[in-house]
Order: sequence, then C-alpha cells, then structure tokens
Amino acid sequence: MCDTCGCNITPGNEHLIVNDGKLSKTSSGGEAVEVLQGLLHENDHQAMHNRQHFDQHQLLAINLMSSPGSGKTALLEATIDALGDEVRIGVVEGDLETENDANRIRKKGVPACQISTGSACHLDAHMVHDALHQLTLEDLDILFIENVGNLVCPASFDLGHHRNITLLSVTEGDDKPAKYPVIFRAADLMLLTKTDLLPYLEEFDPTRAEQYLRELSNPAEMISLSAKSGEGLKHWLDWLRHELKHYRRHLATGTTLTPALQPDGVALHQHTHSHNHTHNHDHHHS
Amino acid sequence: MHELSVCQSILSQVETIAQQHQATAVTLIKLKIGPLSGVETPLLVNAWTIASANTIAAEAQFEVEEMPITIHCPSCDRESRAKANRMVCGHCGEWRTQLVSGDEMLLQSIELDKSTERENV
Repeated sequence: MCDTCGCNITPGNEHLIVNDGKLSKTSSGGEAVEVLQGLLHENDHQAMHNRQHFDQHQLLAINLMSSPGSGKTALLEATIDALGDEVRIGVVEGDLETENDANRIRKKGVPACQISTGSACHLDAHMVHDALHQLTLEDLDILFIENVGNLVCPASFDLGHHRNITLLSVTEGDDKPAKYPVIFRAADLMLLTKTDLLPYLEEFDPTRAEQYLRELSNPAEMISLSAKSGEGLKHWLDWLRHELKHYRRHLATGTTLTPALQPDGVALHQHTHSHNHTHNHDHHHS
Repeated sequence: MHELSVCQSILSQVETIAQQHQATAVTLIKLKIGPLSGVETPLLVNAWTIASANTIAAEAQFEVEEMPITIHCPSCDRESRAKANRMVCGHCGEWRTQLVSGDEMLLQSIELDKSTERENV
C-alpha cells in the first residue's frame, strides 16, 4: 500500500532516500538504514484508510474489546432494541469460528458481518476492511466492531475506529484492569456489565474496579449496566448519542476522531505524513 | 499470541527496504519495545525465528531494546518510573500522569549487506 502512494517516506526517514541518502557504512562495509516506523506499519496504514471510509459515510465506528463471555453481543442486542428506531446500527463480529453472533444481531433486523478469524486472536485493519465491503456504509450511523474475545492482542491493532470500549463483567473480578493494563489503558469508556449479578458477588467492588482503571492513568468514564435488567442502559445510550453528536461536529469542521490513546506506531505514522494523498482503490465501496 | 502477526509485518517492511537498497542480505534489525505496547519480547524473538526462515533476513541479528515506562506528572512537574498497572506519580501520587516512554513498538533501524558475492550463493 505504502509503495504505491509513497507515504512511507516520512520527514523522519526522507533524508535517507532523497539525494542518495545519508546512509552510514557499518564496520563490516554493510549499509545502515534508519527506519523509525511502527512495527504494524501496514496495519496502521490500512486503519487510516478505513477511518477515511467511515468518515466519508459519516459513520461512527466503535471497537468493543473484552474477554470472551463478558456480554458484548448481549449489550449490542439491548442497544439495538433501545436505539434501533433512532440510530441506524451495523455490526462487524469477530470470532475464531461460527456465524452465531452475527445471526443473533441479524435477528434484531440489523446488518451484521461475521469475520471468522480461524486461529487469529484479534481483528486487524485488513480484516475489517474486507468486512466493510459486505455492508452498505451509507445506510449506517454507528458501526460496532465486536473484537475477538481476548484481553491481550486486540489492544495492539488500530482498526480505523473512532472509540475504544473495554467491557468488564462483574463475574470476572474487579482487578482485571490491573491484570490486563494495556487493553484497559486504551479504553475511552469502561463498561461494567452484568451488574444484575452484583448481589451474588460480594467480592466484586465496582469502586475498586474504577480505582484500578485510574491507576493506569486513564480518566475514561465507567458506566455500570445490565443488558438483562436494563439497569444503567440509559446512561450508556446517552453516552452513544453524545459521541455521535461529537463525531459529527468534528466531521463538520473537517477533522475526525481517534481513540484517546493510540498505539505508538499509529501516532508516529499520522504525525509524519500528510493525510491528503490520493486513495488509490481498485474496488468500490458500497 | 499476536507476536507472529507483528513479525510478519516487520518482515514485510524489512524486505521492502532491502529491495529499495538492492541489498543481498539483512544483517541487523533493531527494535524498540515498551511494555505498554502489548508485545512480549521473548515471544517476539521466538516468533521472529519462524517468520524470518528462508527470507533475506533469516541470518539477521534481531536486537530488541526494551524501553522503561517513564511518566511525567503535570501536578508536581517531575518524572518517575512506573509499572504497567500502576502509572501514578512516584513523587506525589497523582494518577493523571502523561506517558513519556513505554508504549514503543518501533522498527528503529536495519543494516544491509550489499556484497555481490552472495548473489551467486
């Protein structure tokens, strides 16, 4: 991708390429090349293109991350029930196998695309890009990307989304943010789910869960809710409405949203090259 | 275990640069990794052996510089070292700190061999 648009030549490395470059010789007579690229350079580049697609269609993309079984799909079902008449929702489902989750979403009358990752433990920007072809983006206001249930790997891959949400179900233990700091540090919002079970789980202290989040130096809001009982759902829906408005205001001024915290490579990539290069696509996005 | 995906991405970047410079082999790859990147160095090193086999970088020395987590406290204007799950200021205890280093996942530099003898090997 970068070889076609030339954006891999950055202010950080162009001196190496322009005018024969200032390539130092190593002691053995080899050539040393300073690179300074994020290790996920290709992914980050694809993610940036995905974000451009979302923005062209004024589509707020939200990445949902959590361990398996924390209630991501149940949350989406409850959200569609409550918000379906007001906001046009689409869902990309990531799982190792099966169409089960996409089928649950489709039953709610909402378009869903299942990505079966095989053995891959996370979604990457290329997989999400492929999924976008199967959705009619202009018919949607919010796209939820339900990442593979995993509290480690999804945190490292930018998908081009605008917001990160990390779910923590009360059956998991309130110290999860301390155990998996990278993914909870990335959260723009932490959702405490299955709170209808709190009366049975004396050992889970929501205040302590929030304290562990703060110790990651993360100021993100924490919302407690139960998709089953509906408790706290209004707060979550208001958050979504607010983010959608906030996103559209950004688009109106010619800017976009990115998660508050981005992987190092992404930040480097975005700061070091212009965003207005031509987007050469040999395919059409519906 | 996304370290293999990361290695495949490194390999693709390294191969592109080697081609641009008409190198016959890559001799050294230098990375910077911070604990907050989500990448584990030992796993990355193991995965690299698999990812680089039979490539132009198969013989390359794979050097990972592990970066410490350093935070700056806007409240007391001092820097301190921190742990991944406890990023509060070591001096005054403020939790609203800024990260100075520790989330790096960078391909720093590579060294290339351009000797032509290798082409005949």
